[in-house]
Amino acid sequence: MPDPIFNPKAPASVIELLVRNHPGTMSHITGLFSRRAFNLESIVCVPVDGGATSRILLLVPDEPRLEQVERQLEKLYDVLELRLRRDLGPEFFAGIAGLMRQEALDPNIS
Amino acid sequence: MKTTGAKLLRTLLERQGIRTIPGIPGGAILPFYDALHGSAIRHVLARHEQGAGFIAQGMARATGRAAACLATSGPGATNLLTAIADARLDSVPLVAITGQVSQALIGTDAFQEVDTYGLTLPITKHNFLVRSASELLETVPLAFQMAESGRPGPVVIDVPKDVQNEEIDVGLLPEPGRATEADPCSENEIGALARQLMAARRPVLYLGGGVISSGAAGLACSLAHRLSAPAVCTLMALGAMPPSDPLFMGMLGMHAAEGTNLLLEEADFLFAIGSRFDDRATGRVADFCPRATVAHIDIDRAEIGKIRRPFLGLVGDAAPILGRLLERLPAQDRPGWPARAAELRSTHPLRHPPREEEPLHPLNVCRFLGEALPPDAIVTTDVGQHQMWVAQAYPVRRPRGLLTSGGLGTMGFGLPAAIGASLAMPGRRVACVSGDGSILMNIQELATLAELDLPVAVLVFNNAQLGLVRQQQELFYSRRYEASRFGSAPDFAALARAFGVRGARLDPDGDPLAELAAILASPGPCVIDIPIHEAANVLPMVPPGAANRNMIVESETASSHA
Repeated sequence: MPDPIFNPKAPASVIELLVRNHPGTMSHITGLFSRRAFNLESIVCVPVDGGATSRILLLVPDEPRLEQVERQLEKLYDVLELRLRRDLGPEFFAGIAGLMRQEALDPNIS
Repeated sequence: MKTTGAKLLRTLLERQGIRTIPGIPGGAILPFYDALHGSAIRHVLARHEQGAGFIAQGMARATGRAAACLATSGPGATNLLTAIADARLDSVPLVAITGQVSQALIGTDAFQEVDTYGLTLPITKHNFLVRSASELLETVPLAFQMAESGRPGPVVIDVPKDVQNEEIDVGLLPEPGRATEADPCSENEIGALARQLMAARRPVLYLGGGVISSGAAGLACSLAHRLSAPAVCTLMALGAMPPSDPLFMGMLGMHAAEGTNLLLEEADFLFAIGSRFDDRATGRVADFCPRATVAHIDIDRAEIGKIRRPFLGLVGDAAPILGRLLERLPAQDRPGWPARAAELRSTHPLRHPPREEEPLHPLNVCRFLGEALPPDAIVTTDVGQHQMWVAQAYPVRRPRGLLTSGGLGTMGFGLPAAIGASLAMPGRRVACVSGDGSILMNIQELATLAELDLPVAVLVFNNAQLGLVRQQQELFYSRRYEASRFGSAPDFAALARAFGVRGARLDPDGDPLAELAAILASPGPCVIDIPIHEAANVLPMVPPGAANRNMIVESETASSHA
């Protein structure tokens, strides 16, 4: 059964960020979403460039304030680049969720 | 050069041009205080860290340059939070430096440990937890650059004690951090805006705090005259236009004069300059300037379209944009429009008894202050009825002539901000207009004021109430007064004397305004207790959430409204 959160028909956008990689960066980004009452469905973060920076993918529902979300993110000092990933959608995150579910069911992974 | 983190921090602050730094010492910042010993930086000992934060804000707001303040870890840092959040909402350049427990103790619930980084994250432009002395070389100039660049704001530098004590060999010191210039707008954008302004029939300029930050007040006035366009100001922009200017329409919004809000109903073009469509200014947004096309310039791109989508939005610094507009725009005569503004102004004056009848009516006191204070005086306020009366009736004659907590609305702002303004602008008369509720929220700074002996006059509008709360309970809660009246009140004149400051209470039955003028004319700090009528309201008032055209203009109307 498909996970309702990752309904591929629900309009959502993927924002890709290039950020400075240090312990406070994630707090700055997630804190922005909570204090401005923006919705954030999913988040994936991987270090790149030998760990100096990270790339983050954010799944955010399409709503009129999406542009405002982007502009507020761009203001964060630790955000170096922002772009919309029109080639990605909810199914990308659904795939990761599927992997996690498999792991949870597999007794060989502790 | 061998040095320590603490001495390096001091040197970097000296190189930033910091000459005065308010704060309070404590365990986790003692190495830095030791480094201050013998420094050219003058430390001002506040009596509460919130006071230190607002003293620094007063310095920054009076000058436009970043000011710094100091606190220790734990309660020192938490006490600073309100002043930092206040600086964020009013875009004030502030660098707050806090001590932190040594890194080995972080996360162990050590004595006076609090997550300053986490606590200040949502209320700063940016914040730093410094992990080594060498990081200071980058962090300190960057903090000042960020505080002053673009839309100004607060930056926190949290410095663990072991970083302050760390010995370090420093080579070349970095250049001090300075404001960077915003990118210029394109010629096309300027041209499109100029065409829109020329095509408008009933344009209004809507000036915000950004006009003051940008140093664009004179240009905004020139533009108003070039276009024959009346101008309204937000609370933060008062002083951008001389109150005597025929095109000046005063503050807009919740406590605007009636004619000001009515003019905005008629405008067909609204030119927002460094203003952010705050709810206290716009009222119900859907009904704000319903006939107007909007153009908006702001240095913060996220402000454009945040509340109201403009027809034209330009991102950039107001001063160069207005300068370039003025180069293009020929003088435009719109004969009917300024006359209509003047008519609206004269047919809807603020309603209050004449001075002879009730000299201590708050609006009369505010007008009188405009006569009694020197033209270059700086007025600070606290928050509440007195603040709105000042905004309505005190003539703010120059940019940075009124320092007030607009966005956060912090009671307790006025006295320490006045001390800071006076420190930054020696020789200028500073008056803090406060209320009997607000003044108690940082009353301890009277001790700081007495010690510094600055020319700060504190005027307490005393109605034995939390007046604006009482007013809202009268108007919107069927006069069920809950927790808005004080059962006992201090003798403010005696309190001032106890702190070592002159104190007086005006006698309403004598000649209170002459008495007020005499007290203001003598040098040094003073506290003046001004008894005002307990039922006086700030009117007009737009009920929260209502359209700006729905103004309550008289108390009688108001009670039937409730």
